[in-house]
Amino acid sequence: MSITEIPAGSLAVGQSLRRKEDPRLITGRATYVDDVVLPGMLYAAVVRSTEAHAYVVSIDGSSALGRPGIKGFYTGEDMSDLLAPLPMAWAPPGVEIKTPERWPLARGHVAHVGDAVAMVIGDDRYAVVDAAQQVHVEYEPLPVVVDVEEALKDEILVHESLGTNKAHEWSMGGGGDIEQALAASEVVIERRIVNHRTAGAAIECRGAIADYRAGQLTVWSSTQVPHLLRLFYAVQMGISEDKVRVIAPEVGGGFGGKLQVCAEETLVAWASRKLGVPVKWIETRSENMAVSHHGRDQVDYVRMGATRDGTITAFHANIIQDLGAYFGLLTPMIPELGAFVMTGCYKIPVVQTDITGVLTNKFFTDAIRGAGRPEMTHMLEVMMDQLAEELGIDRVELRRRNFIAPDDFPYETPYGITYDSGKYEAALDRALEIVDMDAFRAEQASLRERGVLRGIGFSTYTEICGLAPSRAVGPSGFGLGIGLYESAIVRVHPTGSVTVYTGASPHGQGHETGFAQIVADRFGVDPAVVEVVHGDTATGPMGLGTYGSRSLSIGGVAAAHAAEAIAAKCREIVAHNLEADPGDIEVRDGTFSLRGDPDQGMTLAEVAGCAYIDATKMPEGMELGLEQTLIYDPSNFVFPFGTHVCVVDVDAETGKVSVVRWVAVDDCGPAVNPMLIDGQVHGGVTHGIGQALYEQVVYDERGQLITGTFMDYALPTAEEIPNFELDRTETKSPSNSLGVKGIGEAGTIAATPAIVNAVIDALRHKGISYIDMPLTPLRVWQAMEEAAGRGDGPRDTEQGVSLPPQGEGSAGSGPTIPEGGES
Amino acid sequence: MGQTVPLQVSVNGEEHESEVEARLLLVHYLRDELKLTGTHVGCDTSNCGACTCLVDGESVKSCTVLAVQCAGAQITTIEGMTGDDGTLHPLQEGFWAHHGLQCGYCTPGMIMAAADLLARHTADTPVSEAEVRKGLEGNLCRCTGYQNIVKAVQAAAEAQRGVAA
Repeated sequence: MSITEIPAGSLAVGQSLRRKEDPRLITGRATYVDDVVLPGMLYAAVVRSTEAHAYVVSIDGSSALGRPGIKGFYTGEDMSDLLAPLPMAWAPPGVEIKTPERWPLARGHVAHVGDAVAMVIGDDRYAVVDAAQQVHVEYEPLPVVVDVEEALKDEILVHESLGTNKAHEWSMGGGGDIEQALAASEVVIERRIVNHRTAGAAIECRGAIADYRAGQLTVWSSTQVPHLLRLFYAVQMGISEDKVRVIAPEVGGGFGGKLQVCAEETLVAWASRKLGVPVKWIETRSENMAVSHHGRDQVDYVRMGATRDGTITAFHANIIQDLGAYFGLLTPMIPELGAFVMTGCYKIPVVQTDITGVLTNKFFTDAIRGAGRPEMTHMLEVMMDQLAEELGIDRVELRRRNFIAPDDFPYETPYGITYDSGKYEAALDRALEIVDMDAFRAEQASLRERGVLRGIGFSTYTEICGLAPSRAVGPSGFGLGIGLYESAIVRVHPTGSVTVYTGASPHGQGHETGFAQIVADRFGVDPAVVEVVHGDTATGPMGLGTYGSRSLSIGGVAAAHAAEAIAAKCREIVAHNLEADPGDIEVRDGTFSLRGDPDQGMTLAEVAGCAYIDATKMPEGMELGLEQTLIYDPSNFVFPFGTHVCVVDVDAETGKVSVVRWVAVDDCGPAVNPMLIDGQVHGGVTHGIGQALYEQVVYDERGQLITGTFMDYALPTAEEIPNFELDRTETKSPSNSLGVKGIGEAGTIAATPAIVNAVIDALRHKGISYIDMPLTPLRVWQAMEEAAGRGDGPRDTEQGVSLPPQGEGSAGSGPTIPEGGES
Repeated sequence: MGQTVPLQVSVNGEEHESEVEARLLLVHYLRDELKLTGTHVGCDTSNCGACTCLVDGESVKSCTVLAVQCAGAQITTIEGMTGDDGTLHPLQEGFWAHHGLQCGYCTPGMIMAAADLLARHTADTPVSEAEVRKGLEGNLCRCTGYQNIVKAVQAAAEAQRGVAA
């Protein structure tokens, strides 16, 4: 339950203050992209490839153009004036990447179902869809490869011009030679772990409106990165950045899916420049499932070495990353982010990550909530349970034996990443206290007697977020190599209210409330008079947007520092007027007052009156006004951590898994608004539950998308999700002045191994040691059948798990038939 | 534009007479013709419920209903939930107080589906968590994990019963 007013004498930070965003959202008064209507606006529809791989022989748009209301028809050839293809913005330092060019409309070759081949413009939302269906495209089909390990054989090439599907290979190792370390280990376990393809699936699909007039381009886009979008418009279209304005209005969820520079964003801008009128494109859900980037999708070959008494000695991951047919903005970065925290919460002396990026005839993968860290945490935490079983050591005890201890911080991992702070055992202990393990084991035994298969799973995680320091981190020099700082302008108005402009670009997180709380405390004012403005390149400073759990620990700190600089100026102004020392002025109960004599002081409004209106009250030589622009470049990432515990019931007859309990103890440093943190954990874990049990993007062997709508792609509903039991510990990060860490992705990062480990705990007595996600009823049932020796017919067997019969060339990351959804 | 048909409906208490294409979906009639953009489109297949509004008091997914099917009906959208003086409906208040929304995109549909759910709960007893979860299974939210939505709806039910939450 939230509060509506900060109690007198309390700071705003730390309070579960009601969100300032909500009044417009709960009354239907918010403005999302599709709510924006401009005079003379036309609509765009995109003609998309029905083939997964083909040459485009011809495109005939004459029937479409002849329809009433249709104003334009364009193909890739018409767009030859673009100066650059769609961007891939980051590559691992020093690694050569074979990058296929990706244009907004195909140039003679399509490489996945949904590849855009033409665009129709018209004056009515329905008319352009009708017209798009009248466009005749002749394809010359090419062989299709969808399985990532098949693609690695290079028998079928996704882009013949590249000569291979292996787009890049790179390795990072630390602590010594991995083969020697594994050879010297008393025990080595090996597993193949598939982390299947998923969708971001924000409930608002993407959309964009472009209005080009008199040399000025204005774009409204459902984006997480308005400033990056502006930059790439300038690059692609040859319009200087000062003539481009990008507005991210209300954005209906992102989850990484809107951390992209999209083909359709370029299409509407190009069409608006061509036609001289505004052009709107709104994605349908079917388009969203096909051509909004997917996430995960890697096959991991993992080896873990240990001593007999449970000390981990080495950890190696060979990751085959399914890129899809092209690269998105950050595609190659995803496994690297995971590799940065490959050792998790543990002291693992020798590690190596080998990554192979492979092209396939599917849509490209890129950052989806967690981006690399859920995959790495999944393989590590699954392996901890597998190792515990191998060694006959309790799973929780094995984790304790290998934890990095509180006094080891700052802790440098073998990769040279420096963890900022952590008290892993404290979070674990608190979670166990809530769970009550003795009671659980008794309950499990009694339920099993009644045929109910109950299991418990643990995930003790740490992750790396707060993207990102511009400079390399740690002595080994690992870093992202690009400046992912954040900016803020804090402006105190003459009447003492405050506007904060942030370069972060929220889409549900609650920045307008949380940032207001931070800034309000620095002036001793009510957060109600602090307005946070975001998502408009014409108002705020250059900013990097919202993703990677970065907004608070980078953008929030930027806002805090800017406010502190103004507060320091306020102290000088007050001191000047009270003939006191600035060091004796403190912010207390809404005024800048004299320490020890609170009756002597000035409110922020009174100080602003001096700074803007009555300059005679300003110290000699001091600049007028109360405004500060600030860019904050962090010195390190931040590393939240915690323990998640999941309890499941598995239906012995059907294989259906139900999550019956979820206990999470997270540590993201001091809470700015505890209610918002809980909300992020609820949503983050739910995203993980979705991947573990229900969600999977499935292509068939011809590269046709089977999960093209929410009929087939099963998001969890309220009925599948338990009531979460949450608590927090608070360990400050020494890396920033607020001590804060990110929390937006932590739940998703922690969740999936807790579920898989719980299901295995429920089924181990039946002889089942591992099942790949998603743990649909079919998969779990087949595993039980196989283990019981009652399975009939030949089946592929993998890690003791029976897989459904697969057609040749089927998608490697799962069965060819969607299954199991509840919706 | 194809053949048009006359349509007369009442939306949020206001009478409207329009000429619409027979195939026009209710959600596009509300959004594009009447400029009531609080009702959202999320999936096109009636899975997500972002487009939910009330037609003659019953919740309907307006992306799967033709506008002309609603001839003569009384329609309520999210914009009609707030009192003329700006007073929030107990559901709106509940969602705000209990952080039942993040990006807000599913929220209007959630509130309208919950309104139907509460209207069906005629007994003078608290609405159970299980009842709310079951009642809202046709509405998808990607942000909140549903927990605070459930709390919000239960709090609204209590407020309507005159019990302090």
